[in-house]
Amino acid sequence: MSLNKPYLDVPGTIIFDADQSRKGYHLNQFCMSLMKAENRERFKADQRAYLDEWPMTEEQKQGVLTRDLNRCMAAGGNIYFLAKIGATFGLSFQQMAGSMTGMTEEEYRAMMIGGGRSIQGNRYIGEDGDAQAHNQPQGAAHKNKKEV
Amino acid sequence: MARITASVYTSHVPAIGAAMDAGKDQEPYWQPLFKGYEYSKQWMKDNKPDVIFLVYNDHATAFSLDLIPTFAIGTGAQYQPADEGYGARPVPTVIGHPELASHIAQSVIQQDFDLTIVNKMDVDHGLTVPLSLMCGNPPKNAFHWPCPVIPFAVNVVQYPVPSGQRCFNLGQAIRKAVESYDEDLNVHIWGTGGMSHQLQGPRAGLINADFDNAFLDKLIADPSAAAAIPHIDYVREAGSEGIELVMWLIARGAMADVAGRADGVKLKHRFFHVPASNTAVGHLILENQ
Repeated sequence: MSLNKPYLDVPGTIIFDADQSRKGYHLNQFCMSLMKAENRERFKADQRAYLDEWPMTEEQKQGVLTRDLNRCMAAGGNIYFLAKIGATFGLSFQQMAGSMTGMTEEEYRAMMIGGGRSIQGNRYIGEDGDAQAHNQPQGAAHKNKKEV
Repeated sequence: MARITASVYTSHVPAIGAAMDAGKDQEPYWQPLFKGYEYSKQWMKDNKPDVIFLVYNDHATAFSLDLIPTFAIGTGAQYQPADEGYGARPVPTVIGHPELASHIAQSVIQQDFDLTIVNKMDVDHGLTVPLSLMCGNPPKNAFHWPCPVIPFAVNVVQYPVPSGQRCFNLGQAIRKAVESYDEDLNVHIWGTGGMSHQLQGPRAGLINADFDNAFLDKLIADPSAAAAIPHIDYVREAGSEGIELVMWLIARGAMADVAGRADGVKLKHRFFHVPASNTAVGHLILENQ
């Protein structure tokens, strides 16, 4: 019998469960290493060489090198671990979270000041809220995509 | 005998700590938030506890994927503020209360909750931001928190996290444990984290003020109903990180009315604000009647 995963129908969301955790073990442990100042310096000095010290998949390494947090999440990363990468480069949690929406930093910040993302249409996959797959990327990037 | 006299509930957004540490708390963005805690800082001075039992979650700081305890109680003498990647927060060392913590560990484990006992760990923003909000950052010439703190870490990072019901039951066990301690101590129990927020994926930035305010209503007046909320409701309605709210139920379960000793609790303060960074901030102070 497989485990019940009632959260798979929430749009735009990856729940860090045991399967994701197993998949992302080395990626997340690499992130943990960035809690030491000397490791942050070594990583910044040669990112590829530092990543190659870890038995991560190439997909995970590319996710880190391109700072694509959605890609890192899909490869088993957890946001609290991945946040150490952003912290290494001085990014705030808001900048990191916003980067996963396709919005610019200003657009995301304005959305938050305006009361945040609405729950309407964003509860179940298949609705029409702004977090749904067919409405990505968000913000001006979405309009630009439509015009093309 | 030791007794729990009050419970405090608050979000623990890291950006709040960063704003305080950088002296930005009077900026227009932050002013309304800190105004909501002015009452609380005075209340802390007027109702200074002997010990704070502080329920929070570790954010991949003390606990990596090497070890993920569902419930961990700190029985150590002290805890350093952690370097979470930005350097450690410039706040005081957290002084523990090893005697009471060890007593609670023994009592609660004997009430069938399997706690992990921790003597050495650093504490992250989950624990230090609530202290900053409630006490203010201590000045250089009196660089200490007002009282000892027992850290109690709950896993809300890797699914499945403990259910709201289990957290609520655990709070009741903690109350019994505190009340079986001989020394006359005034203990506060704090539940932290939440409210609605999601930090990941295309749904990042989700805020659900209706859910949050309904949760506050329930937590105050009908905590058993709040405890019955299933995981999936938090994830769907309050965002993937909104699940942190289960920790509030540990504090609420430790109040006397849950044990049938009072008709309810005294609501001393209630505050709600959007946003702090990615998050809806909620805050309550409840006293036993």
